[in-house]
Amino acid sequence: MFLACAVEAVEALTIVLAVGITRSWRWALTGVAAATAALAVIVAALGPALDAIPINALRVVVGALLLVFGLQWLRKAVLRASGLKAQRDEIKAFAAETDAARGAAVAGDGFDGYAFTIAFKGVLLEGLEVAFIVLTFGSSQHDIGLAAIAAGVAVAAVILAGLAVRAPLGRVPENNMKFAVGVMLTSFGVFWGAEGAGASWPGGDAALLVLVPGVLLVALGLVQWLRRASGPAAVGRPA
Amino acid sequence: MSRLVRAAHAVWEFVVGDDPMTALGVVIALGATALIAGAGAAAWWVMPLAAVALLALSLRRAAR
Repeated sequence: MFLACAVEAVEALTIVLAVGITRSWRWALTGVAAATAALAVIVAALGPALDAIPINALRVVVGALLLVFGLQWLRKAVLRASGLKAQRDEIKAFAAETDAARGAAVAGDGFDGYAFTIAFKGVLLEGLEVAFIVLTFGSSQHDIGLAAIAAGVAVAAVILAGLAVRAPLGRVPENNMKFAVGVMLTSFGVFWGAEGAGASWPGGDAALLVLVPGVLLVALGLVQWLRRASGPAAVGRPA
Repeated sequence: MSRLVRAAHAVWEFVVGDDPMTALGVVIALGATALIAGAGAAAWWVMPLAAVALLALSLRRAAR
């Protein structure tokens, strides 16, 4: 969960840094503040509603969503690792965002709608994903507070790292993080989904100690399978 | 009305993404787990098997 939240924070930070540096820190940070306030309202509205849902129904819904998200992340991570999909390069992403920001006209000396809107949308979208992860993990484990603290620490760590290094976001190994996050989301999705649907895991929660490495091994095996199936052209590409 | 459609589309994109077959497979696997568990048999193996199969099929579609 910590890694998943950190990945979302890195994506949001890339956007905010790009519009902040090239357009207006004032309005980019105002967009961040507005998005944070909107997120607080959404989380406050959703939290109690999730708690009222019966635990098994919650586990099925949470498990299904995590599994769908996890399989999507894992598919992209496996495709990147096998060389069939270009790896996401945060430095290139940062450059693309700054180029796009420079290309847009500044709306006078006052309100910079571009900086505000881009920062707001980026933080709201990625923040919603963090909030969703916190609510789903936290509700299933009956400890939303702990999940929120973990997410807060992850986001704070990324913000501090971003402040310290500013532009070189490419140093954050996002592709490796996404592979790990895909494995974790898929494993937890399988675990909670099956439990919520009425299955009993051999060994209870300890089954996760087998599930997580099992999913990792399968994913690594699929990387090798795709590399062999696609031939030397794909293997030569960055992995 | 168009706002509702756009909102529904955004939710669909957020949850299902670009691979609806995988999402459908997850729902079917959960249903199968519930049916087998309801019949009193061990059903824990269904979801891991389904996850591996869905990932492999999704990768095969993407690699084509």
